[in-house]
Parts: sequence; structure tokens; C-alpha cells
Amino acid sequence: MLKKISNIGDCGITCDFGDEVNKNTNKEVIKLFNFIKESVNSRKIKGILNYTPSYNKLIINFELGQIKSNEIIEFIKSSDYSKINLPENTKILEIPICYDEEFALDIKRLEEKTKLNFKEIVSKHLETNFFVYMIGFVPGQPFLGDLSENLYHDRLDTPRIKINKGSVGIVEKFCTIYTFESPGGWNIIGRTPFELFNINKKNISILSPGDTIKFKSITKEQFFSFKNE
Amino acid sequence: MSNYFKVIRPGINSTFQDLGRFGLQHLGIVASGCMDQLSFCISNKLVGNKISEGALEFAYQGPLLELVGDSVLVAISGKVNFNIIKKSGETIQGTSNESFNISDGDQIDILSTLNSVYGYFSILGGFKLKEVKGSVSTLVRANIGPNKGDKLKSTDKIFFNRSSKKDKTKKIQVEFEQDNIIRVMQGLQIHYFSKKSQEDFFSNEYKITKLTDRMGMRLEGVKLQNIINKNIKSEGITKGSIQVPGDGQPIILLSDHPTIGGYPKIANVITADYDKLVQKTPGTIIKFKLVNLAVAENAFQDYVRKF
Repeated sequence: MLKKISNIGDCGITCDFGDEVNKNTNKEVIKLFNFIKESVNSRKIKGILNYTPSYNKLIINFELGQIKSNEIIEFIKSSDYSKINLPENTKILEIPICYDEEFALDIKRLEEKTKLNFKEIVSKHLETNFFVYMIGFVPGQPFLGDLSENLYHDRLDTPRIKINKGSVGIVEKFCTIYTFESPGGWNIIGRTPFELFNINKKNISILSPGDTIKFKSITKEQFFSFKNE
Repeated sequence: MSNYFKVIRPGINSTFQDLGRFGLQHLGIVASGCMDQLSFCISNKLVGNKISEGALEFAYQGPLLELVGDSVLVAISGKVNFNIIKKSGETIQGTSNESFNISDGDQIDILSTLNSVYGYFSILGGFKLKEVKGSVSTLVRANIGPNKGDKLKSTDKIFFNRSSKKDKTKKIQVEFEQDNIIRVMQGLQIHYFSKKSQEDFFSNEYKITKLTDRMGMRLEGVKLQNIINKNIKSEGITKGSIQVPGDGQPIILLSDHPTIGGYPKIANVITADYDKLVQKTPGTIIKFKLVNLAVAENAFQDYVRKF
């Protein structure tokens, strides 16, 4: 439930759904996100520049010359967006992943820490339906949850300077896919050849906040012969 | 005959920008866009373009460009030291915020921004730039934007549209704000900092460090003490947010900021003072002044009157 709306500077507001990070809270965030996006697209509201959902908040940025925060707050409060139903998991997208040791940089350490063997870690990862909580930090990077509890693990003490594009990492109850080569502190368990983000395509991001995905194991040969459309 | 600028020297960080790429932050794409909106718009006004037309933004040292083709009306805005080197070899000192004509073989040598960071170069009719998702802004970090999403390089050619419009040269008197007071509103997590640190933040001076670029501005000053948690649940980021990581030194998030982040924010720079802020060079001492929403909205009204 929407708990509080606050200003962020003079051209942003945050809609706060409480401190819990779980799917139910995030689904409420996504409902408001969908409502704002749809209202912008159908020109029911003007001057909105960006709308960014995260685990428990939706941030809305606007053009101060077009609209003021009190008008947006009024617009949200007078709508009954929470009654809108989220499209039921329309489809579960399958994302190929290769767990070969060349890619799974941290799996040995996870085996020690979690007391699970490689096969068990992989099968727990493969059996999870992951919910897309949010996308960002860098373009297209999804934050997925929730991992099986036995796989919960902290961030690396010293982040790596370079993590390859497509690397799949886990931290606490979350899983992410690096869409760009970048530094990072997540525990890397595999890599996908699947291109989630491409600015030159009509649909630039395969995933959107609120989607559901599942991983599908592939061999190293399949990894290297994989062709993105 | 094709008309273009030959890039002889690209400058330190020269990128094409417009007012930004919007509606994609939920997919991880920050708006980007020109750092100093007023100077950007002035460069377009000087050559008779619509104010949102894409322009070349440069920082500190700008490019050295040579025109190949028919004469054109161009302008440089900001506080910029530049020369026009005529084909004949004659060098004329340029004047910023005033448009001028250059001819085939002439060079424009943008030497440096004066006591400021960003300047803009515009041309009548606009540059020939490929829009990416409705904008010609460049986000180098993710290679999004025209020129393959990259900074200007010395082998590049800059093509532009030929305009049938004949526009006269003109001059715009620009009053640059000289003071170093940046007005801010309370940040979402201001209560994460001790009462003393909140007072420190608004009463002490902070120095802009060299670790400053289009993404953010790292400050150095009184260390701010976090009394709740050095991290927050990652949330969407707004341009001008001032976040404070574990080391207690503030970072102001600028136009190319990450789309989400997990550090608490103590304050947010108001829109009316953003252009002034981004033009401050490393080493400058700034001071924050706390204002409320009504003051910020009024300041914005004064700010837009300058456009």
C-alpha cells in the first residue's frame, strides 16, 4: 500500500510503499508505475519526464515548467490505480545460462559457504521463477528475486574491477544479469549469451519491471554458438 | 559538395547533447542532456535554431574544427576563450554569446572555458545527428547517442544541415551568477545524519574535488555522520541529489547519474541553481543553503525568465 508521497527537490516525488522488500510490496509499486506510464502515454497527465520503480518506491520526475508536484500528488491520490490488476504472468521468459567453471567465478566459494554442491546450487537456481523487481543502475540490468534461501550470500568484500557482460550474479535474495561490462561485487555463478538490452532495437529491453523469468541451463558449446536475433 | 567540420583536435570531453532522453529511466537509461541548460539554449538562440536543437557540448578544453564547405553561421556560448583562424592565416579572438560567420578553410580553436566548465557550439540549421529514442544526447558510459554514443574523436567529421534560412549575427547579454551559494531542499534521508551533521552540512563550506564529471561531483569537507544505516534499499535517483556514502563525504549526482542507487541522500539541488553548480570548477568552495519547495518554485520562475 502507498504509505507516503514526498518531494525530492523541486522536480521529483517519491511514492513510498513501506520498508519491506518483497514481491507483494513491489507489485504495488509496479501497479502505480504501470498506471503512471499509461497516463503519460495517453496524455492524461503532462510534464512527466521519467518514472522509476525500485523495490519499494516509485520515483517520478517532471518538468517544473509544465507541472508542479502538488498536481501530480493530487492526480495519484484521486485515482484508484490500486484496483488495477497486474497482467497475470503473461509469459515466463526463459533465459539461457551456462554454469561452466570458466564463467561461474564464485561457485566454488559458494559451495563451501552454503554447504551445497555445484549440482544443488545449479538446480536451486534453475527451479526458481524470478520476478523482475526493477531495472537499472546501468541500462537494462535487471534485479531479480527471490533466490532459494540456502543460496543467500553476502556481496564480495572487494568488488571485481571487471565483470563480463552477461554474467549472472547473486547477493542476498537477489540475482542480477550484467548487461554491460562493469565493476561489481556480486557472486558470479554463470553467464548468459542472451542480449537483454540493445538500444538500437525497437524494444530496447527484453525485460520490464514486473516480468517473470526462469533460467535454462546450456552447455559451453551452446553458449558460444548462441545467436541473438 | 558536402559540408562538414573536420575535427583536428577533439577536446577533452566533447559530446553532442540536447535537453535529454526521457521516459526510459525505468529501463536503466538516464536522461543525460546538456549540463548547463541556459547556456545550451543560448547557443541555439544565437543562430536562430529552436532552443532544443542538438549542440556540441565541450568541457574545459574544446575542439579545434575546420570548416569544409560553404560559409555558415555558428555560435559559442558559455564563458569561452576561442580563436577563429582564417584560411588566410589571420587569427581573430572570438567572442562567446555572439554568433558569427565562418567560411571554407576557416578554423575554430576552442582553447578553454574561463573559470567555468562547459560551453556549447551551435550551427544554423543544426548538426546532422541520428536520434536515438527521441534524443541526440550522448551517454558515453553506455554508448547511447549519436556519433556511436562516443565522445568526439580526431578522425570524426561533423556534418550539419544546410539551412535556407538566412539569419543575422546576434549577441546575447548573459549575466553569469558569480556567487558560490547553492540552494538545496531536504533530502529523503536527511534524518539518517546526526543533528550536528545536518547543521554542519548547511553551515560549512565544501570543496569541489577533481573527481567530478557529467555523472557526479565529489565534494570534500566536514565528514557527515550517518546514525542510521550507511546504505538504503536501492531507489530511483534524481538529478541534483546529494548522496553521502560511508566515508561521509557528499557526492552530487549530475546529468549522467546512475538510474538507481543505494546511498542515503541528505539534500537535493534546486533546478534554478543546477546550471550555476555544474559550471563550478574543481577547487571551488561552495556552500549550501536550505530552502523549501515554495522558494524553489519561485526561484524557478525567475530562472525560466532568462531563457
